[in-house]
Amino acid sequence: MALLQLRSVSKIYHLGGEEIRALDDVTLDIGTGEFVSIIGPSGSGKSTLMHILGCLDTPSHGTVTLDGIPVQQATARELAHVRNRKIGFVFQFFNLLPKLNVVQNVELPMIYAGIGGRERRRRAEHALDLVEMGHRLKNRPSQLSGGQQQRVAIARALVNDPKIIFADEPTGNLDTHTGEVILSLFRRLSEEGRTIIIVTHNPEIAAVTPRRIEIRNGKIAERVDERLAGLDRAAAQSQSGPAPSSA
Amino acid sequence: MILLNSIAVGLKEIWAHKSRSFLTMLGIILGVTSLVGMSAIIKGMENGMKETMVAMGGVDKVLVRPQAVPAWQDHLADSAPGRTLVDVEALRRSAPLLRVVSPEMALDDVTLSRGDKRTEPSECVGGWPAVLEMNLHTVAHGRFFNEIDEEEARPVCVIGTGIRDELFGKPDDVGREIIPVGETIQINGQPFVIVGMFQEYMGEQEAKERARQREQKDNPAEVGGPKRSRGWGKKGGWAFWRKNMIVYIPLNTAWIRFRSGGTTLNSVPDPRLTDIDIKVADFSRLEETLQQAKNVMLLTHQGIEDFTFETQENQVESINKQIQNARISGGLIAGISLLVGGIGIMNIMLASINERVREIGICKAVGATGANIFIQILIESAVLAVIGGLLGLGGSELFVDLLAKVTPSSNSPMITRNAELVAVAFSAAVGVLAGVLPAIKAARFSPIEALRYE
Ligand SMILES: Nc1ncnc2c1ncn2[C@@H]1O[C@H](COP(=O)(O)OP(=O)(O)O)[C@@H](O)[C@H]1O
Ligand SMILES: [Mg+2]
Repeated sequence: MALLQLRSVSKIYHLGGEEIRALDDVTLDIGTGEFVSIIGPSGSGKSTLMHILGCLDTPSHGTVTLDGIPVQQATARELAHVRNRKIGFVFQFFNLLPKLNVVQNVELPMIYAGIGGRERRRRAEHALDLVEMGHRLKNRPSQLSGGQQQRVAIARALVNDPKIIFADEPTGNLDTHTGEVILSLFRRLSEEGRTIIIVTHNPEIAAVTPRRIEIRNGKIAERVDERLAGLDRAAAQSQSGPAPSSA
Repeated sequence: MILLNSIAVGLKEIWAHKSRSFLTMLGIILGVTSLVGMSAIIKGMENGMKETMVAMGGVDKVLVRPQAVPAWQDHLADSAPGRTLVDVEALRRSAPLLRVVSPEMALDDVTLSRGDKRTEPSECVGGWPAVLEMNLHTVAHGRFFNEIDEEEARPVCVIGTGIRDELFGKPDDVGREIIPVGETIQINGQPFVIVGMFQEYMGEQEAKERARQREQKDNPAEVGGPKRSRGWGKKGGWAFWRKNMIVYIPLNTAWIRFRSGGTTLNSVPDPRLTDIDIKVADFSRLEETLQQAKNVMLLTHQGIEDFTFETQENQVESINKQIQNARISGGLIAGISLLVGGIGIMNIMLASINERVREIGICKAVGATGANIFIQILIESAVLAVIGGLLGLGGSELFVDLLAKVTPSSNSPMITRNAELVAVAFSAAVGVLAGVLPAIKAARFSPIEALRYE
């Protein structure tokens, strides 16, 4: 069974009597170890999809199964538990807690996992070493650059050793060079066998992921728009390297 | 562990908004200050009352008071005998449940003089040696009068140190303690020999202060400093002042020398006593004892009930009532302050969580459950209140110090450990209660709402 299974998932918002189908009958499987980008124009439903995949939200209709757990029936408490143990999040605006320093931010998910202080510190430092932020443990997020903050956020996403990492526009707020550094970090994590799902409208990122899912008006598009997916450029580069193929 | 972490986060939160937190705590601070301050004042009152009680003879002392004859005995009013030594003898003989019976014949408008010095005692009383035990007196110098003094109605007296101070000089002014035993003073112009002097009576607090001052005096380094008033006057408490300003003479002396006001020699002086005080042998059998005394006295009074018993219990009761009232009003003030403080905390916690929607959402995204968030907010609220409570303890200390300086008296307020514990527990409870609503609200925040801030 796939790590993530969506069956006929819809998410409907009601705004003043009007019905908004943010997701409309989405069926989707994502397997362990996949590196997937979710692309699509703004307002198409990418974030909504990610929230449902990431157990931050439950669908209006349909079923979601994550690692064998039927999510649509889970209580808020169970969802929190799943997010804590099986999922790591990376956000566009980093979302570090401003009052905590770097290492405390990374320790946060382990606090909710009930891991003891010493072990917590050890694992946080290890995760920060992986993203090359081991030298800034005591800094506040405000004292770091955007790229550094995002690396800390990735360390935080990794620290409970989750099965899936979700990233919503992780480079959206970074300059091109820093974005590339973060992207290569995700690539490395993918090569290490982690399941990574990136929401993006950046074609350069989409171009790197072996599988792309395009959302249009809450539905999965039959064919991925090549320009959106950066495939036109990838095709141009295909002489020099292996072109990533569409799923 | 989550608990410790929550407290740490709570402290950080308070520190991050220092002035806001302080203003929020003010209600709690005032509440705790008034709670602890009031209880300290009440404790001081209680201490003072207890000492006063003892100074006045202790709780087991019962006064036999005159009373208008009851309505159905109105026609007998003229033959009401009043309280006399007949009653005293009868009580001593026939009321075994009484430990002490002490007759008193107090003299009115007494002036004491020696040379050109004169003073008015608090009381000049003719009595028996039983008065010592009755009023808890201790003869420090000389002796009390005896049977012979009584029988022969000798002109002797025993005085309190206050009288000595007035007629012979205070130890402080004279530089040494004068013990005027053997000296003669005039009581309303009649010469009396002082045969004894009581110890000096004072409250615990004053005794402590005295000891401290004496120590300072013995320390040569302190010599030359301003001479402090030792407060020999009424400062040490009314009851102690009264007790030190007393003069006792034998009962017979009082009767023969001061009651025989008539010009004819063979007229019998008024034998009525001004007081009969009795002490109960077993306080737990008070009612029974009083009944026995009443029976005896009804016999000697031919059934005319022109007397009644006034126990100190009545006094204790009215004192307790006063204390109770003080407690209620103090508790009310403290309660209102704590309530207001609690509302302030709730308000600030609501503001705080609305500012932190995003933070709370992040915590939830990385795995915090609603319960985690609930506890976090509750703890922050409680920490805020407890810190306010601790500051309030400091405040009450200042308050009590100030009060003691402004109104120095024998019953200055005293902070008790219990009051402090109760106050801090109360503020913690207020904090927790005030935190419930914001905590519920925060626990219900959806993580997606927070992330929608993007
Ligand atoms: N809480 C909500 N209430 C109402 N409409 C919503 C809500 N969340 C999302 N939507 C709507 O659902 C659609 C998809 O939104 P979203 O998933 O954020 O798009 P994307 O991330 O692709 O830009 C949009 O039309 C958006 O307005
Ligand atoms: Mg989005």
